Amino acid sequence: MSALGSRVTRVAPWARRTEADTVLEIRGLCVDYGLGSGLHAVSNADLVLHRGEVLGLAGESGSGKSTLVYAATRLLRQPGVVTAGEVRLHSRPAGPDGPIEVIDLLAAGERELKGVRWSQISVVLQSALNALNPVITVRAEFDDVMKAHRPEMSRAERLARAVELLEMVGLSSDRLRNHAHELSGGQRQRVMIALALALEPQVVIMDEPTTALDVVTQREILEEVISLRDRLGFAMLFITHDLSLLIELADEIAVMYAGRMVERARADSLFAAPRHPYTYGLLNSFPPMHGERRAMTGIAGSPPDLRAVPGGCPFHPRCPYAIERCATEEPPLVALPGSSRQVACWLHTGGEPVPGELARTDATVASGEAALPTAAAVRRLPVTPGWGSGE
Amino acid sequence: MNSPCDRSDEDNPVMSTQPETAQAATARVPAPSGVLALEARHLTKHFAVRSAGGALRRRRHLHAVDDVSLGLARGAVTSVVGESGSGKSVLARMLARIIAPSAGELLLDGEPLALGQRRRHEYAAAVQLVLQDPFASMNPVHRVSHHLARPLLIHGTPRSDLDSAMKALLRRVALDPPEQFMDKFPHELSGGQLQRVSIARALAVRPGVLLADEPVSMLDVSIRLGVLNLLAELREQERLAILYITHDIASARYLADDILVMYAGEVVERAPSISLTDSPAHPYTQLLLSAAPDPGRRVSTTPADRGAPPRLIDPGPGCRFQPRCPHAMEICRRESPPVFDVAEGHQVACWLQAPASERRGLLTTKSQHAALRRLEPIRDKGVKEAKPP
Amino acid sequence: MSVPTATLADPRLAIPLAGGEPAPVLGRRALRMPRSPKVIVGLVIVVVFVVLTVIGPWIAPYNPSATVFAPNLSPSGAHWLGTTSLGQDILSQLLAGTRATMVVGFAAGLIATVLSVLIGVTAGYVGGATDDGLSLVSNVFLAIPGLPLLIVIDSYLPSADRSNSVLIGAIISLTGWAWGARVLRALTMSLRNRDFVEASRIVGESRHRIMLVEVVPNLLPVLASSFLFTVLYAIGAYVALAYIGLTSTAVWNWGTMLYWAQANNAPLINEWWWFVPPGICIALVGTGLALLNFGIDEFINPRLRSGGLTGRAARRAGLPGLPRLGLTPVVRAAAGGAGARTDGLRLRGAARLPAHRRDVVE
Repeated sequence: MSALGSRVTRVAPWARRTEADTVLEIRGLCVDYGLGSGLHAVSNADLVLHRGEVLGLAGESGSGKSTLVYAATRLLRQPGVVTAGEVRLHSRPAGPDGPIEVIDLLAAGERELKGVRWSQISVVLQSALNALNPVITVRAEFDDVMKAHRPEMSRAERLARAVELLEMVGLSSDRLRNHAHELSGGQRQRVMIALALALEPQVVIMDEPTTALDVVTQREILEEVISLRDRLGFAMLFITHDLSLLIELADEIAVMYAGRMVERARADSLFAAPRHPYTYGLLNSFPPMHGERRAMTGIAGSPPDLRAVPGGCPFHPRCPYAIERCATEEPPLVALPGSSRQVACWLHTGGEPVPGELARTDATVASGEAALPTAAAVRRLPVTPGWGSGE
Repeated sequence: MNSPCDRSDEDNPVMSTQPETAQAATARVPAPSGVLALEARHLTKHFAVRSAGGALRRRRHLHAVDDVSLGLARGAVTSVVGESGSGKSVLARMLARIIAPSAGELLLDGEPLALGQRRRHEYAAAVQLVLQDPFASMNPVHRVSHHLARPLLIHGTPRSDLDSAMKALLRRVALDPPEQFMDKFPHELSGGQLQRVSIARALAVRPGVLLADEPVSMLDVSIRLGVLNLLAELREQERLAILYITHDIASARYLADDILVMYAGEVVERAPSISLTDSPAHPYTQLLLSAAPDPGRRVSTTPADRGAPPRLIDPGPGCRFQPRCPHAMEICRRESPPVFDVAEGHQVACWLQAPASERRGLLTTKSQHAALRRLEPIRDKGVKEAKPP
Repeated sequence: MSVPTATLADPRLAIPLAGGEPAPVLGRRALRMPRSPKVIVGLVIVVVFVVLTVIGPWIAPYNPSATVFAPNLSPSGAHWLGTTSLGQDILSQLLAGTRATMVVGFAAGLIATVLSVLIGVTAGYVGGATDDGLSLVSNVFLAIPGLPLLIVIDSYLPSADRSNSVLIGAIISLTGWAWGARVLRALTMSLRNRDFVEASRIVGESRHRIMLVEVVPNLLPVLASSFLFTVLYAIGAYVALAYIGLTSTAVWNWGTMLYWAQANNAPLINEWWWFVPPGICIALVGTGLALLNFGIDEFINPRLRSGGLTGRAARRAGLPGLPRLGLTPVVRAAAGGAGARTDGLRLRGAARLPAHRRDVVE
């Protein structure tokens, strides 16, 4: 299997990363729901987004993926509170060697945030029908955005810009006259994307933009997004629960579970050679479209209640490879030796022998060979009592 | 997808915890002989649409479902795959008798349905429906025990047996120990657990037919397989006839024996699941398969499809997929295609499948001839077999 | 009289749990004590008056109707609220009058609520011709002005019955049920299409069981709120009737006190101790009921609660104020940002938070 083959139309992402500049840095972010409630939505999350990079943030419910991103941009609704961490946005350099301003988003006040929002970071929300104002036309939406951030533009300039943006996302300028409910789901999402790109931001955050759409429209939107990214070069943070969408889209993927980052790797490495048992289980949850039909099990159990996260590694009750250490100590997110991959798992960082399926060589990506289990013994673990019950 | 993780069972002994059912789930259930548990013939549903212009304007109709026939056999899973607006949910509700069809008939165990309150009661004991959103389909103010007790009591379980019956149901859907779940409120359970309770509630009446309307779409990805495996078990052990409605063709392939593809209220293709995904014949099925994310695929083969969604209100004659079809011909605009047999058990409603002699008369342009010659299914090895035009 | 605008919110509005699903309104959380100070104040007020309803006549120092005292006395040790121009003790009248007023109010509230449930839920669920008929009836009652109708009905009552508090309450409820019925009808119509009602139908549940067991429990918060407002309305209506003199003067209530006060020109001779106390009591009860209603609103829609943060708690935690949308609060040890300086980088950070302890509030 080669994921590369399915992206023949795109430039290999690592070839593009000549300026490996950071554009958004999140370090040690902790977010609670309600001060002192003990409900840790995000625990000690690190995230680094480079210029022009597409980072996929994958996770299921309760993983904290949306919370992380919204808290970092100070858009998190009540009762969310940021309790620790740093978030730094590196603004656009003034010239080729010009100074870069670094803005501390967590310490910023309202005026500063307003200066940053939409012109440097914009968001495409999940449900466009709810995000677009139902009583005004599409043209008025564009006007609102541009008046708020570029008051010097004239009416004609705004109209021209709106037409340009719509064409960029593949809609005709007739849509300017429509209201939100007159457009189909896919068209509404394209309008949202056009609005997000209105001020040519550096970072575009897409929060599950295709969840409410059918498969065919989803594919169209994804391809549109890919081509826009290739054309305009912005960095993208793509949040989704559907890992399979990130195959063709992301350069790197970060997987979250119970508010923690558990794995981060280049997209093709992640698909070909997952390291964390959760990632492995997740990838094993998609029934194949071809080949022999055989029974699959996904992952037993269910994501934990955030108010009662299991001690130690939060995934250990569901993990078929758990050892005693997993129940008592939480594994930190560390870089694996010899690569930029990061995993939070005692199997890889605790000196334990690694099960074969979690140790496939990354070289499969380039060579296209089938991966073989490593020489390390494949451990057969007893089934943890209680696992498999209840779910 | 040929995920990197499903290399083989030797790699992965721990992951499959139920070896017996693993075998059973993949065994192709032979088509049971005899009467179909539930059969639908030419089901149609048109909704009247209020049109602008007052009462004098001619009434317009939304064709939600048009002339759909299907049969559910005991011990088999049939899947209906379609997008939103394809009519699959309306079809499910007609089969559950929540919506009355505009035309067509239903046969339960070979008997046409009778009207009347008592018969509806009996029907409810024979055919049950599981809905998409587990949190919406449970009353948030009542405990799990209430949700299970009601169907048991309504359909005749004596009160003395109630407790043990409820516990048996919970065990049946792998919610063990049942005492842990009986007194919980819906919001205290996870989506997957609640969907199992929903299935348990449906099983409480001992139905012969279980209709499942997108039962796993709103669940987390990692727990979907658990629920699908439960449905597979029910097919084997209780010999239920299961209808699995979904928009995800991969899960349909995993669970179902047969798949029907619906578009704009009509069935455009039906075939055994493997045949459908290996050799899709209808252009819409091909579009669906190419649009589904699949890292096992070598070549990106998305046809350029910028078509509009289908017109459901008073669609004219002609194929409803024609505006979006890359191989549309003149006849497709004029007449609705009949159903052709492509292979054993594989039927398609498409003019492209007309026998060669007829087809030549239908094609008008050289490019359409060429397109027909190129028309073939997508295979994972990238090897294309030429099909004779 | 109005019903609060907080609609029956989708239960999934609070803090998300594991499945991404937050706790709904009822269920185990039904009996949680209110935490907001205004709700506690409201609860205290209403409880005090309910207690007085029961024990009022007993703790009254004197017989409220006894005319044995010196008339027009101002408040003193022996008569805390003075006496009327007929020589009756005002405090005793106030305490004894609590009973009739509150009984009428609650009786009216109860009967009106029951009526509105019966009519509104049936109309909303059954639909069709039944709905049309019941809606017509409720529209008629809504359109007829309440007080004049009460006056007319009351004037036909034989005077013996005018002293029956419950009967008066029932009559007042006739003019107070229609608004609640409309609201409940609308809510029932939306609930009818919810999946769990459909699921009950599929299972074979009978229609009236669905209405009673599945639909009504989901309406309880709105019912409670509607009940409280109807009580308020009923007390107001009763006081108005008494003030006009249409109720029996044998039964003491606050309205009758006002009637006598007005008849004896108490405002003119500045005997404030006669008419002000009943007025204050009416206002207090009204305030208490309204505050309780706020509590119910917050219960229904947890977003109205300030995320567990009151203004004071927020300030203690070092936040500039209550959190606003678009400005997620950050509560942590002092950010070390301002010190770092590197080539080509200028670190900026506006509004640095003061160093403070990470207090756990509430």
